[in-house]
Amino acid sequence: MTKRMVKAAVAALLALPAAAQAAYQLNLPSPVTRVAGEIYDLHLIMMAIILVIFVGVFGVMFYSIYAHRKSVGHKAEHFHENTTVEIIWTVIPFIILIGMAWPATKTLLSLKDTTSPDLTIKVTGYQWKWGYDYLKGEGEGISFLSSLSTPQDQITGSASKGEHYLREVDNRLVVPVNRKVRLLLTANDVIHSWMIPEFGVKQDAIPGFVRDTWFKAEKEGTYRGQCVELCGKDHAFMPIVVDVVSAEKYSEWVAEQKKKIAAVAEDPNKKWDLEELRARGQGVYSTTCVACHQANGQGVKGAFPALDRSPLVNGPKGRHIEIVLNGKQGTAMAPFGKQLSDTDIAAVITYERNAWSNKTGDVIQPSEIRAARK
Amino acid sequence: MSAVIDSGHAHDHEHHPSGIMRWITTTNHKDIGTLYLWFSFTMFLVGGMLALGIRAELFQPGLQFWHPEFFNQLTTMHGLIMVFGAIMPAFVGFANWQVPMMIGAPDMAFARLNNWSFWLLPVAATLLVASFFVPGGATAAGWTIYAPLSTQMGPGMDLAIFALHIMGASSIMGSINIVTTILNMRAPGMTMMKMPLFVWTWLITAYLLIAVMPVLAGAITMLLTDRHFGTSFFNAAGGGDPVMFQHIFWFFGHPEVYIMILPGFGIISQVIPAFSRKPLFGYSSMVYATASIAILSFIVWAHHMFTVGMPVAGMLFFMYATVLIAVPTGVKVFNWLATMWRGSMTFETPMLFAVGFIFVFTMGGFTGLILAIAPVDIQLQDTYYVVAHFHYVLVAGSLFSLFAGFYFWVPKWSGRMYDEKLGKWHFWLSMIFFNVTFFPMHFLGLAGMPRRIPDYALQFAGFNEISSIGAFGFGLSQILFLWIILKVTVLGRGDKASARTWEGADTLEWTHLPSPAPYHSFHEQPVVK
Repeated sequence: MTKRMVKAAVAALLALPAAAQAAYQLNLPSPVTRVAGEIYDLHLIMMAIILVIFVGVFGVMFYSIYAHRKSVGHKAEHFHENTTVEIIWTVIPFIILIGMAWPATKTLLSLKDTTSPDLTIKVTGYQWKWGYDYLKGEGEGISFLSSLSTPQDQITGSASKGEHYLREVDNRLVVPVNRKVRLLLTANDVIHSWMIPEFGVKQDAIPGFVRDTWFKAEKEGTYRGQCVELCGKDHAFMPIVVDVVSAEKYSEWVAEQKKKIAAVAEDPNKKWDLEELRARGQGVYSTTCVACHQANGQGVKGAFPALDRSPLVNGPKGRHIEIVLNGKQGTAMAPFGKQLSDTDIAAVITYERNAWSNKTGDVIQPSEIRAARK
Repeated sequence: MSAVIDSGHAHDHEHHPSGIMRWITTTNHKDIGTLYLWFSFTMFLVGGMLALGIRAELFQPGLQFWHPEFFNQLTTMHGLIMVFGAIMPAFVGFANWQVPMMIGAPDMAFARLNNWSFWLLPVAATLLVASFFVPGGATAAGWTIYAPLSTQMGPGMDLAIFALHIMGASSIMGSINIVTTILNMRAPGMTMMKMPLFVWTWLITAYLLIAVMPVLAGAITMLLTDRHFGTSFFNAAGGGDPVMFQHIFWFFGHPEVYIMILPGFGIISQVIPAFSRKPLFGYSSMVYATASIAILSFIVWAHHMFTVGMPVAGMLFFMYATVLIAVPTGVKVFNWLATMWRGSMTFETPMLFAVGFIFVFTMGGFTGLILAIAPVDIQLQDTYYVVAHFHYVLVAGSLFSLFAGFYFWVPKWSGRMYDEKLGKWHFWLSMIFFNVTFFPMHFLGLAGMPRRIPDYALQFAGFNEISSIGAFGFGLSQILFLWIILKVTVLGRGDKASARTWEGADTLEWTHLPSPAPYHSFHEQPVVK
C-alpha cells in the first residue's frame, strides 16, 4: 500500500513538468513491456529511498552548519568515537541495500529468460546500419538492412529538421504485439549496441559472437532507439525503429515482404548494360559508401581515401572487386561481400569506375562477382 | 606534540642549480610537487578546452563545428587527458608536497626516481597531444579504447598507447616511492594508526596503482600487437574475444576510479576537522573503510559491462558486490558529518570546497547505486546518465577535493594567504555552473540519449542547451582560479601566512614548520608523542 502510494506520488511529481514541455523529459520513457515496467518501478522506488536518505543526511549537515558555527559562538566538543553509532550506520545501510537488491534480482532473472520465443530475429550491427534476418516463426526468411533516412542537408543545417530527426530509417523492424520476440545479436565489424528504452532492452552486438535478449511489447506503436556503443564515425547516425503491429497487420506485412523477395529474385545470368548498372550503383553508393567516401568521391583527408582519380578504382578491376568484397584489414573498409548481393556489388563498382572524373568505361557483370567470391 | 618550530637552516646546502636547470635536475620533493601541480593544471586547461569543443557542438542539434570523426577525437582525448594528465598527476603533486611534511620526513625515499617519474609525464603528454596532428588524427575510440574499434584507428592510437605506457611507468615509480617513504621514513613515535588520513589514503592508493597499472599495460600491449603484429587477442576471427579486452580494461579501470578519489577522501579528512576545530570522528573506521573500498574495487569491474550479455549468475555477483561499496562509502560520509557535528565551524574557501564536495559527491554516490542495480543499468548504460554520474564523482569529487587541498595548503607552500574573496567566488561559480552543466545530463540519460554522439534527436535539445551554457560558465570560472594561483604563488601577493595558518590544523607541517616551509625541512625528525 505505502509502496504504491510512494510510487504514485513520485510519478505525479515527475509527470508534471514533463507534461508541460515534452522536450524536457525527466524520467524513463513509458514502458510497453513487463520487464521495462518492472525496471521503471525499480528506478522510482530507489529514487524515493535515495531522496529520503538525502533529505535526512543533508538535513543534519545543514542544521550543523547553521547551529555549530564559530561565528554564533559555538564551542567545539571533543568527542571522536562512538562504537554504537558506528555499528548502527554500517548495519542500517546494509539492510537497505538488501531491500534494493531483492526486487532487482527478480527483475534480472526475468530479463535474462530468453526461452520459448514466438519469433526469433537476428540483428547484425554494421558500420553504420542494422541488418535484420527473421530466422524462426512467422516471417521466416525475411531479411533486410535498415539505415538512417534523415537527409544529409537536415544534419548540416541547410534544411529544417523533421520531427523524427536522426531517429528514422528506410526499413523498419516490424514485430507482432503480445508475442515474445527473441533477438540474436552479432556484429560485422566493431561492437554496436541495440536498444529500445520502451522495451527495457539494451544488448551489445559483438563481432564473432552471438548474444541474445528478448521483449514482448504489449502496446502497438512505433518505438525508436539508436546504437549506444561507440562504433566509429557515424555512431550517432544508426537509429533503430520498431513497429509493433497487430497479428493481422503483421501477417499482411509478411505477405508483402515475401512478394517483394520473389519480385527481386533476378536471373543470375542476365547481362546488364553500363547505364542500368550505373543507376543502380549510385543508389547503393548513396546508402553504403557515401558516409566515408563522400558524395563527391573525395573521401575525408587522412581518414577515408578518395575514390575520384584513385589508382585503385582506375586500375585493374580484379583488385577493386576484391577490396569491396573482403574489405581492408586494419581500416574502416568493411567486407561488403556479406552485406550486398552480387548485383549490388557489380553495380556499385561499375558506378565508382564511371563516376566523377573516373572514366574507365568498365562494365562489371554480377557473374564476375560470383566468380570472385569463390 | 612538541611545538618547536624548525626555523630553517642557516647552513642549508643549497648548491642546486638555478633557472631552468633547477627544475630539470631537482630531487627536492617540494620542487617536484610544484612541477606535478603545474603540469596537471596545464593539462586540466587543455582537457577543459576539448570539453568546451564538445559542448559547443552539442549546444544545438545538427553538425555545426566538427566532423563526427573529430568530435570522437575530442571526447576520447578529453577523457584520456583529464584522467591521466590532470587528476592523477595532481594527486601525486599533493603527495610529493605533503607526505614527507606530514610524516616528519626530510624528503621522499627515492629522490632521483622522483625526478624521473615526473619528467616522464611531459613526454607522454606531448605524444598524446601531438597525436591530433598525425594522419587520421588522434584516437577516436573513446577513453576506454574498446577493441576492435581501437584496432581500426590510425597512428594516433599508437601514440596514445605509447603515452599510456609511459604514464603507467611514471605512476608505478611514483607509487613505489610513496609506499617506501610512508613505510620507512615516519618520524619516531608516528605509528601507522597515528598517520594523518591523507597519508593513509595515499598509501592505499599507491598499492592500487602498483596492482593495476601493469594490467592496463598488458591490455594496451595486446592491442598493439593485434594492430601491427597479426595477433588475435581481441579478434574473434582469429580465436580471440573482443569482450576480453573489456574485462582486462575494467579490471584496471575500476580500481583506477578509486585511485582518483581515495586521496581526495584523504584531503577532505584533513580539511573538515581543521575547520570544525574538532578531531576527525572515527579515525580507525575511516582507515578500515578506505581499505575496504580498495579491496572491493577489485571484484566489481564487470558492472561496467552489464550489457555485453554475461551469464545471469555473473550479473548477480557483480551487482551484489557493487552495492556493497555503498557501505564503507556511507561510513565515510557519516564520519565527516559527525566531525562537523557540535564543532566550531568557520567557512573559509577550503572548508567551502570540502562541504561542497560532500554534498555533490554524495549525489554521485547515489547515482552510482542506481547504476549498480543491473536491470536499471540496462536502461542507463552508455547514456548521458553515466556521463552525469562519473562527472559528479570526478569533478565534484576529485576536482573539488583538489581545490580544497590547494586552498588549505597553499599558505604553507608559498608563505602567503590566497585571496579569500576571490577564492569564495571561485567556489560559488564552480559549484553553480557544475550543477547547471551536469545535473540536466541525468534527465538526458533517462530519456535515452547515448553518450559520445556529436548530434542528437530533437527531444534532447532543451537540456543540452542548458548543459552547454553551464559548461562555458564552469570553464571560465577556472580562469579565475588560474589568476588566484598566480597571485599567491608567482606574484607573491597576499598577506604573510603564519606557521599555523588554520586554528584547527594539527598535523606536523602546521605545528613544526614555518610558512613557507623551508626548502629542506625536517633535517632532524620530530618526535611524535
